[in-house]
Amino acid sequence: MNPPALRGTALLLMLAALWLPAGANGWLGSPGALASALASTVCAAAGVRRWNRVGELGLSLSAVLVGSAAPLILLGTPGPFGTAAPGIWLYLAGWALLLWSALSMLSGLPQRGAGALAAPAAFGVALLYLWQVLVAGFSVPQVLLPAPSQVGHILLTRLDILWLDFRQTFLKAVLSGYAMGCASGFLVAVLADRVSFLKRGLLPLSGLVSAVPIVGIAPILVMWFGFDWQSKAAVVVVVTFFPMLVNTLAGLTAADAMQRDLMHSYAASYVQTLTKLRLPAALPFVFNALKINSTLGLIAAIVAEFFGSPILGLGFRISAEVARLNVDVVWAVIAIAALAGSMFYGVIAVVERACTFWHPSYRA
Amino acid sequence: MRTEHAAPRVTAAADIAHRVGPIACILAGVILVWYAAAVWLNAAQVIDRFKADARPWTARTLVDATWSMERPVLPAPHQIAQNFYETVFDTPVESKRSLIYHAGVTVSATLLGFVFGTLLGILLAAGIVHSPVLDRSLLPWIIASQTVPILAIAPMVVVVLGSLGFVGLFPKAVISMYLCFFPVTIGMVKGLRSPDPLQLDLMRTYSARAAQVLWKLRWPAAIDFLFASLKVAIATSLVGAIVGELPTGAQAGLGARLLSGSYYGQTIQIWSALIMAALIGVGLVALVDVAERLVARQMGRPA
Repeated sequence: MNPPALRGTALLLMLAALWLPAGANGWLGSPGALASALASTVCAAAGVRRWNRVGELGLSLSAVLVGSAAPLILLGTPGPFGTAAPGIWLYLAGWALLLWSALSMLSGLPQRGAGALAAPAAFGVALLYLWQVLVAGFSVPQVLLPAPSQVGHILLTRLDILWLDFRQTFLKAVLSGYAMGCASGFLVAVLADRVSFLKRGLLPLSGLVSAVPIVGIAPILVMWFGFDWQSKAAVVVVVTFFPMLVNTLAGLTAADAMQRDLMHSYAASYVQTLTKLRLPAALPFVFNALKINSTLGLIAAIVAEFFGSPILGLGFRISAEVARLNVDVVWAVIAIAALAGSMFYGVIAVVERACTFWHPSYRA
Repeated sequence: MRTEHAAPRVTAAADIAHRVGPIACILAGVILVWYAAAVWLNAAQVIDRFKADARPWTARTLVDATWSMERPVLPAPHQIAQNFYETVFDTPVESKRSLIYHAGVTVSATLLGFVFGTLLGILLAAGIVHSPVLDRSLLPWIIASQTVPILAIAPMVVVVLGSLGFVGLFPKAVISMYLCFFPVTIGMVKGLRSPDPLQLDLMRTYSARAAQVLWKLRWPAAIDFLFASLKVAIATSLVGAIVGELPTGAQAGLGARLLSGSYYGQTIQIWSALIMAALIGVGLVALVDVAERLVARQMGRPA
């Protein structure tokens, strides 16, 4: 469906929803909700005809934003919700169509800078909103899935403890293990590239290792290196070593024969060819491994904490709070870990852009 | 004639030696280092025990003792091999001590999750390829979903689903599924977009519908990408199933075996469970490889 048709269907759904029950007071009992719903339908109705791009984007965005208040206001009033309030859910279905039309307008924006971020950002916020409304509307038990607002509350009120956990797991274990694992994988790869015997032995073995659940060595390393962060760093070293080894080895073959011949005709030594041609050519592969490892390392450290840790750390917090059924704290930890993982990944992506600006994928 | 036949055979033998030699050397090196490390890491405990018993000891008795401890810090390879052999071949399969039994539990969860994850991944990829809105707004979140440490919350998922009455295979399969779908989605989005514009234009001149383009052009073009992703997916699916077995509630499976080994200091048990996991991982990837060759032959391509 094209966006105006989407908005038209949404308009019909939302108008129909106003005649269906929505909680004890209903739509007429909560003027705020009714006002929001009506304002949204007015925007949707205006959007049924074609405007210019800016006008359509503005109309669908304002319909979505204004209309999002109604379910929240209704859910604040007393009354049975869930299946007893079909009005809310039919309204929400219409709202989702409006969202879709807004997203298709947003994804038509020029994909540069903020334009590229607009559609995914709107989608993420909308997901959080739907999660909140559905959890509240169907009164999902908190043990099963806490609402985002509860998770946000935990994030704000228990920031001090969560910060200590983050420091223990991420700043101590992950960063040191990541640095050591990536560096040793890189060095061994350069060595294996020089000594072809080593390469022929290591490559098939690392293919084998990639099929093996490496996380399984966590209990052994915890036994060897103790409960503190050193054992988690050791797990991270092992987990990050092989992706780096394999990718760097692949990258060192990336410089093509013509370029090597040129270096040869310059009478360049092995070291000169390595540092001036082959390592720069291998950089995209190295960064690929760095990106893969950024998330692998964090996950490995958290899982390793299940096998024993001091009384702090993200993994410890998860296992301790799951046992006490404080699922909202667990989700707060997950949010922190996901945020840390994404930012780590993002930082590496930015550095990659700066270091491999010559690569075709960035030149477009 | 005869010499012409003999020549490639010699090079084939040389080729095998060329390939297997380095691997064998490195494996032998690893085992040697392993034995040495077993002496080094276990020596302290053994010496303590000798002193406690006030027994005289020599280098020979020390080495012998470090390679035959009941709960060593690092078991010697032959101890692991022996335990592996006993629990695999000499224990009845339905016994709780049998490694085959635990491996079976893990593999069934792995395969169930793998099937669901692959289906979900293909569906998402088809949606993303056909809808620019999904491409722009959903794909970034699928990539971001990889930074959520799902492995880390796997135990919680198992506990929560367990409290809802879902026990046994299903919760573990859910975790495997979450890990699996990602590589499949990413690979299939690439694969379904791999037909070149000329081919897509040809389909348009035939006035083919989107479903026909998908089924007759995009899907066959994506098969290579699909199998490359499936190899990654089945390995991560195994990791997911093992981590899903870590919570104490799980009674069976390789993950439960790892955890109980770690609680009771049964290092030999941990290592043989790990070896089993490694063998299963390699075996599952090899299975996907065989399937890939069969499909390639069916499609009339050189395997």
